[in-house]
Amino acid sequence: MATLVAPAIVRKKPTKPGAHDAHGHHELSFVQKYIFSQDHKRIGIQFMFSSLFFLLVGGGLAMIVRLELGWPGHAFKFLSFLPSTMVAGGVILPEFYNSAFTMHATFMIFFAVMPFLMGTFANFLIPLHIGAPDMAFPKINMLSFWFALVAGIIMFSSFFVKGGAAGGGWTNYPPLSDLSELSGVNVGQNLWIISLLISGVASLMGAVNYITTVVNMRCPGMSFFRMPLAIWAIFVTAILLLLAIPVLTSALVLLLFDRTVHTSFFIPSTILVAGQPLVGRSGGGQVLLWQHLFWFFGHPEVYIMILPAMGIASDILATFARKPIFGYKAMVFSICGIAVLGFFVWGHHMFQSGMNPLLGTTFMISTMLIAVPSAIKTFNWLGTLYGGNFKFTTAFLFAVGFVAMFVIGGLSGIFMASTPVDIFIHDTYFIVGHIHYVLFGGSIFAIFAGVYYWFPKMFGRMLNETLGKIHFWLVFLTFNGVFFPMHILGIGGMMRRIYDYTQYPHLSHFQGLNAFMSVCAFILGASTLLFLFNLFWSMFKGKPSGMNPWHANTLEWTLPSPPVHGNFSETPHVFRGPYEYSVPGHTEDYWPQNEPPEGWLERAQQMKATATHG
Amino acid sequence: MAQAVPPRYKHWWLPDASSSYAGQIDDMFYLILWITLFVFFLVEGALIVFLWKYRYKNGRKAIYTHGNNTLEITWTAIPAVILVFLAVFSNSLWSEIRDPNKFPKNAPAIQIKPRQFEWDITYPGPDKKFGTADDIQTINQLFLVVNQPVQIKLEGQDVIHSFFVPEFRIKQDAVPGMPTAVWIKPIKEAQYEIACAELCGLGHYRMKGTVSIISQDSMDRWVKSQAPAPAAAPAINLTP
Repeated sequence: MATLVAPAIVRKKPTKPGAHDAHGHHELSFVQKYIFSQDHKRIGIQFMFSSLFFLLVGGGLAMIVRLELGWPGHAFKFLSFLPSTMVAGGVILPEFYNSAFTMHATFMIFFAVMPFLMGTFANFLIPLHIGAPDMAFPKINMLSFWFALVAGIIMFSSFFVKGGAAGGGWTNYPPLSDLSELSGVNVGQNLWIISLLISGVASLMGAVNYITTVVNMRCPGMSFFRMPLAIWAIFVTAILLLLAIPVLTSALVLLLFDRTVHTSFFIPSTILVAGQPLVGRSGGGQVLLWQHLFWFFGHPEVYIMILPAMGIASDILATFARKPIFGYKAMVFSICGIAVLGFFVWGHHMFQSGMNPLLGTTFMISTMLIAVPSAIKTFNWLGTLYGGNFKFTTAFLFAVGFVAMFVIGGLSGIFMASTPVDIFIHDTYFIVGHIHYVLFGGSIFAIFAGVYYWFPKMFGRMLNETLGKIHFWLVFLTFNGVFFPMHILGIGGMMRRIYDYTQYPHLSHFQGLNAFMSVCAFILGASTLLFLFNLFWSMFKGKPSGMNPWHANTLEWTLPSPPVHGNFSETPHVFRGPYEYSVPGHTEDYWPQNEPPEGWLERAQQMKATATHG
Repeated sequence: MAQAVPPRYKHWWLPDASSSYAGQIDDMFYLILWITLFVFFLVEGALIVFLWKYRYKNGRKAIYTHGNNTLEITWTAIPAVILVFLAVFSNSLWSEIRDPNKFPKNAPAIQIKPRQFEWDITYPGPDKKFGTADDIQTINQLFLVVNQPVQIKLEGQDVIHSFFVPEFRIKQDAVPGMPTAVWIKPIKEAQYEIACAELCGLGHYRMKGTVSIISQDSMDRWVKSQAPAPAAAPAINLTP
C-alpha cells in the first residue's frame, strides 16, 4: 500500500513510564514542550485540561440554573458575592438566569464536549492508532489548540462586560440576539459571535489535519477497514466539521454585520421595538434565515458530538468484553449513514417555526430514517457484549452506561420526530431531557470512559479504580435523577428556558420535583470534583501502568506509557483488525495488530534474501 | 366579564385534552410511547442479562464472532419499517392540523400579535373584518367559543414568541415579518393559560395570558358589551 509515511523518528530507548522527559533527546525548551507544543499527544492533553476547565465553568452555570429552578425566586445568601447585575440580595436575576443557561450550553457544546472529543481524543489517538509519528500538520495542530483556548477565554470574558453575557439561548435566534434594544445584551452578544468565529477556525484546522492524517499517514497494513472504530468515527466527524462549521461561520458573520454595521439580514421591515418602528435600518430581512443556517450546522453538530463518543465506547466495549466488535462493517456504514443523513434533518428543529408544513413532512421522514443507523449500532453493541467475559473496570462501566443512556436519548427522539407530537412537546423540558441523555448520558459518559481507558497511556499511571467506581455510580444515579424527571415535566407542559415556572398555576406543583432534581444535580456536580481529584492525584501518585494494562490490541498499547515524541521507534506493520480478542487457537486472549503471524518474520527475511541475491 | 384565574390543577402527566385534535395527538404519543417502552425494556433487559451472565469468570473464553449478516439485515429492516410506518401515520395527523388547505372552512379569525411581554389580541368585531372601527382589542385575554373552530393568525411584533396552550396541544411560533396561522376547535368550557414557549427576553417567564372557552351566548354578550368602542382604543386592559 502506498502510504505516505513520514520517516519515524528513531530513538535509542524509550523513556521510563511516568517519567517526565523534559530533558529528552530533542533539544526542546520548556515552552516548546509544554506550552507551544507541536506533539499531538501534548496538544491532546492540553485540550483535555482546557476542556475540563470549561466543563467546570459550564457545570457551575448549570448549578446556578438548578438553584433557580429548584427554588424559584429564593434568596440564596451564599450567592451575594456575585455582582448586583447578576444576583440581587441573593436572588438570581432573570437576566443572569438567561445568561446562565445560554452560556452553560455554549460552554458545554463548544468548549467542553466538542474539544474533548475532537481535540483531546482525536489528537491523542489518531497518530497512535494508525501508526503515524504525528499529525500531518503539527504547527496547524498547535494553532488549533491556541485558537480554541483564546475563543474560550473571550467567551468567558463576556460575563464581565456591561450588559452581561449573551442570554438568547445557545441558538441565539434573531431578532432577540440581533437588536440589543430587545435583549438588553450588547457587548456580550458580540463577544459570543466573535468567540464562536475563532473557535470555528480552530475546529477547521483540526478537521483538515485529522482528515489528511487518516488518509495519508496510515502505516503499512493499516487499511481503512483495519482502523479502530474510534478513528473511523473521528475521521467521519472531521468531514462533518469541515462541511458544517463554515455554514455557522457565515450565519455568525451576517449576525455580526446586523449588530455592528446595522445591516438587516435577519430584521424584517415590520419590526417594532417597544411599539415604535426601528430607525436607521432598511429592514427586509428574514427571521427564519438564521434558523435554517444555524440548524444546517446545528444538527450535524449533534452528530459531531455523538459519533466520536460512539467510536470510543465501541473500542472500550470490545476490549473489556474480550470480543471482536459485532458487525464491524455495519458499524462503519452506520457512522457514514448518520453523517450523510445528518445534513438532511435540520428542519426537525423548526417544525413549529412557521416554515411550510410540507417541509415538516420531508424532515420528519429523514429524521425517522436517521434513527435506523443508531438502532443498528445499538444492536451491534449488544451483539458485542453477547457471550463476552467482562472485566468491570471503570472504563467499561462508563461505556456500558453510554449504551444504556444513549438508548433512552435515542428513543425519546422519536417523540420529537413525529411532527404532531412535537407540536406539544417542542420547547418543553422533554427536549431538555432528550438532549441531555444524548450529550451527557451519551457524549460525556463516553468521554469519562475514554479518560479512564487512555489515562495510563497519557501519563503512564493508572487512575484509582475504587474512586473511579464511586465516581461512576454517583454520576449514573444522579444523572438519571436530574434528567429522567425532565421528560415528566415536559409531558406536563413545562416550557424550557423559563426563569420562574411557578408563575403558571398549572406548573407550580412541579416545584417539589424540581427541587429533587436540583439536589441530584448538585451531587452530580460534586462528583466531578472527585473525578478531578482522582485525575490529578493519579497523575503523580497512581500505580505505574506499564505498556498494556488492559491487554488491548491497538497500536498505542505496544508503546511505552507515555509514548515518546515521534511515537514509534520504527514504523509498525499491521497484520489484522483491531478487535482480535479471544481468537480460538491463540494462546493469549488478545492479539496486537502489529504482532506478526507465525513464520512471517522468517518468510520476510527469506524474501529479502532472495531479492538481494536473486 | 371579570378576569378569572385558571384553577390550579395538579397533573403529573399530559394535561387536559381540550381541543378537537388533542386526543389524536395523545393517541400518537401513546403509540410511540408503547413502541419505545417495548424497545427500551428489550434492549436494557438484554443489557442487564448479559452483564450478569457474562461477568468475568477465570478461564472462560469469550465467544469469537465477527457478526452475522442475517441479524444485521433483521435489525436494520424491522426498525426501518416501524419508523417509516410512524412517519406515514404521523403525517396524516400533521397535515390535518397544519395544512392550510385543510383549515376548517369559514372559521372566524382572531389576530394575535405578541410583543415583549404581552399578547395583543384583536377580534374582528360584529362585522367580522379586521381593521374596522368595531374591532375589539384585548391584552392577554383570549375568548373562544366552545365547539366553534377558530383561526388564530399570529405575527410577532418584535421578537419571536410562541403561542402555546398545553391543553389544546397547540404551539406555533409568532414570527416578526412572517404571518403564521393555526386553527383550534375547543371542546369544553374551561379556562387555561397561554404560555410563551419561545425565549423572548427578560420577561419571557411572565408572558402569559388566559384563554377562556365560553358558550356562544356569553361570547355574543361580551362582543355586544365591547362595541361600539372608540377607534383602536384598547377595550379592556387586563395586563397583570
